[in-house]
Amino acid sequence: MHTQSIAELAQGLRKGDYSSKELTQHYLQRIEQLDGNYNSFISVTAEQALQQAAQADLRLAKGDTPMLCGIPIAHKDIFCTQGTRTSCGSKMLDNFIPPYDATVIKHFQQAGSVSLGKTNMDEFAMGSSNESSFYGLVKNPWKMECVPGGSSGGPAAAVAAQLAPAATGTDTGGSIRQPAALCGLTGLKPTYGRVSRYGMIAFASSLDQGGPMGRSAQDAALLLNVMAGFDPQDSTCIDKPVPDYSLTLNDSIEGLRIGLPKEYFGEGLDSDIQKAVEQAIKVYETLGASIKEISLPHTELAIPAYYVIAPAEASANLSRFDGVRYGYRCDNPQDLNDLYSRSRAEGFGDEVKRRILIGAYALSAGYYDAYYKKAQCIRRLIKNDFISAFEQVDVIMGPTTPSPAFKLGEKSNDPVTMYLEDIYTISVNLAGLPGLSIPAGLTEGKPIGLQLIGNYFEEAKLLNIAHRYQQESDWHQQTPPAAHKQNSEV
Amino acid sequence: MEWETVIGLEVHVQLATQSKIFSGSSTRFGAAPNTQACAVDLAMPGTLPVLNEQALRYAIMFGLAIDADINQRSVFDRKNYFYPDLPKGYQTTQLDEPIVGPGLIEVQLDDGSCKQIRIHHAHLEEDAGKSLHEDFHGMSGIDLNRAGTPLIEIVSEPDMRTSEEAIAFAKKLHSIVTCLGISDGDMSQGSMRFDVNISVRPKGTEELGTRTETKNLNSFRFMERAIKLEVERQIDLIEDGGSIAQETRLYDSDKNISRSMRSKEEANDYRYFPCPDLLPISIDASYINELRENLPELPEAKKARFVSSYALSAYDANMLTADRATADYFEALSQACGDAKLAANWLMGELSASLNNHDINIEHCPISAKQLAELISRIKDNTISGKIAKQVFEAMWNGEGSADTIIEAKGLKQVSDSGAIEAMVEEVLSANQAMVDDYLGEEVEKKRKKKFNALVGRVMQASKGKANPSQVNQILQKKLDS
Repeated sequence: MHTQSIAELAQGLRKGDYSSKELTQHYLQRIEQLDGNYNSFISVTAEQALQQAAQADLRLAKGDTPMLCGIPIAHKDIFCTQGTRTSCGSKMLDNFIPPYDATVIKHFQQAGSVSLGKTNMDEFAMGSSNESSFYGLVKNPWKMECVPGGSSGGPAAAVAAQLAPAATGTDTGGSIRQPAALCGLTGLKPTYGRVSRYGMIAFASSLDQGGPMGRSAQDAALLLNVMAGFDPQDSTCIDKPVPDYSLTLNDSIEGLRIGLPKEYFGEGLDSDIQKAVEQAIKVYETLGASIKEISLPHTELAIPAYYVIAPAEASANLSRFDGVRYGYRCDNPQDLNDLYSRSRAEGFGDEVKRRILIGAYALSAGYYDAYYKKAQCIRRLIKNDFISAFEQVDVIMGPTTPSPAFKLGEKSNDPVTMYLEDIYTISVNLAGLPGLSIPAGLTEGKPIGLQLIGNYFEEAKLLNIAHRYQQESDWHQQTPPAAHKQNSEV
Repeated sequence: MEWETVIGLEVHVQLATQSKIFSGSSTRFGAAPNTQACAVDLAMPGTLPVLNEQALRYAIMFGLAIDADINQRSVFDRKNYFYPDLPKGYQTTQLDEPIVGPGLIEVQLDDGSCKQIRIHHAHLEEDAGKSLHEDFHGMSGIDLNRAGTPLIEIVSEPDMRTSEEAIAFAKKLHSIVTCLGISDGDMSQGSMRFDVNISVRPKGTEELGTRTETKNLNSFRFMERAIKLEVERQIDLIEDGGSIAQETRLYDSDKNISRSMRSKEEANDYRYFPCPDLLPISIDASYINELRENLPELPEAKKARFVSSYALSAYDANMLTADRATADYFEALSQACGDAKLAANWLMGELSASLNNHDINIEHCPISAKQLAELISRIKDNTISGKIAKQVFEAMWNGEGSADTIIEAKGLKQVSDSGAIEAMVEEVLSANQAMVDDYLGEEVEKKRKKKFNALVGRVMQASKGKANPSQVNQILQKKLDS
């Protein structure tokens, strides 16, 4: 069962090959037996999952159910789940049980999907390696000595190891696409405002966006169908009709104009990744696409601008974790200052503290104009780069990451090198555009990601373009060798 | 040396919306602690604000009422500081792009002169919760019912020179916001709070002195005292060779003292930046125009109308339009009893005296306008005299029933039966022959009149105040002259 796509699973459920309960049990068993290797889950909600599966089976028996009814899904532990601990990968929220569901979670429940549990992640989604989690690091199923990427490293590892058919993730600077690339998955960051942020614990509000992580564009489309949509509880969510993303997957891409930004193929790019991307482009040419070199001249400013804006927003977003109303509180606070400083010093990890400090500094009197304001100006320039590019091309392609999965511990003591991991993905968040990473090769047994960047609200087109490639290639069908071995056991 | 005081005000006005500015929780006052605080108000992780349109509408209405620029684009900012009653660790407010731009307010002073006070801007923001420092065994309690209550903060230019001007300005603001219906203006519940910026300078000089800010004054009386206190403190300090430190001060109304809360050096760096959870507000001109066209009558217009349609004096009209509730009460009363002058006298006399004595707002007045109108009508139709009416009023205030019920029950009905009055007069005259003789023998007109009135008094007394006074006059005159 765990080798099947969501479409196949949905069909299997409807044909009665297996019930949702059986399917759920199967995945729960896999998690129990295999996740000790990866640490991709923070909480497994077996009992609740089986209840949801039983309900889904009742719905399925009545017929006319949504596609995802009865399908098990893993949720990044950043989406609040009523009655289930939502930690955001932090000691700060280790004891936090939300009294409400995130809008995204509600959508999945309405669709009848089953939640297997909450997946691991970098603390407060700050990181590119999933090494900053309070719940321990996550291993890449393709290479156990390597990172799965981050911050959605848990969901990526879980799906790659076939512990869940698909998962939700969030992406502030590449946190869906980079782990998808490193774990050989299809991961989509939708247009800012396409998916509700309500109940999704904020890192940088103007950049955060939830999205699907799956094994194919088709699976991602089915998840996005459920996730996308207007939410009156999120003022930044856009009220725009949601198309059925699975209906246009097979559309012809004859005449598609692909832009290759020269800035994405320069120094620092792994040569195997460059070759893989070029190979993928050739496939597109055979499908009738034309290639054009373009320029996104402000690309090199994206990382500095991002590392002002995102920490600035985070510094305020994380102020609510003060030990007063919920979450971690230090023992025996002596006075108010002691309560604040020790609760936060003990509750937050190093990377979170680093970003709060950077952000508070960038916003402080006398520095605001030089940092925050300037970064916002750069953000506008980056957005304008994309707007003019999309006057000439329909989609922009390039590598998702400069290098494949790196070794655990390799970059964890060097934040700046770590930040460079997101060099190709960050601009997309700053511009608010949709971006998609699909598997496009292997190097030394490690997956390579091809990034597709679309114009605003062109998720359907991105998924269509990705799907057409996946009809011509089988990179997305490859599974980690380690998983193969273990698969024979379960 | 002669000193000049310079005063600027920052006024927080709580908007009378049903729900909070960024959440659906109720804003009702007086609920049990933390029963009106939802996940958004508690700043639970992942929760997001959604602007209450009614709060926006009220802020625009205020701007229109003072003829200010309404900014078609305005932005919410985060003001960052840690405090336990500030759940998010920042206050959502407006800094550089407030909803209401510069405007002007004219106030009338007691000597009849007018003074114009410029408004720098007014912005929308959320209130914080309350920290309770008693009854928790050395710990503090937090009540977040108020957290997220919508406020407008109105910031004046430093255009006031005396406490009288500052009070007149504050009262005018109160009158505007209550007339608009955008705030209940109930200062005892914190619906209007004043921060007063005060500095002094040698009279005739231009340069502003160093200012202090006295925060959170919640009555006109306290504000007046606090200003007086601070002005004296500053002048004394300077004249003793000291200098004023820029600081925030707290006024203790119980002891009538103020103390420094924090100095400029201790002031927070609030690290303001635009709130990324709320998009900039963009307002159509048509939206503003619609609000403009439907703006309730403003105090100035109401005053003019009261003078012209009710034939009231400017003074009375001014008093009656001081706030919307008083004006509404007056109009209802006047309409129901059909006598504006009597209505005005009763409202500003007996009624407001009783309200003041019992410290009750007119909204919570135990006697409705309709009930009071019934009483006034009984004066007009000679059922009771004005004097008896006061007695009836007191009984009504004490909840003894309607005017008619009380008049009936207490037998206070005026005696207008001329036969009965004549009998009473006869009785008084025969019992007071000395007074009659005294009167008849008096030749000085003025003294004669006085002696006549004394006899009228005896008759009224005999009737227990119930005899129709003009009839008593008439009959007594006739009897004495015959």
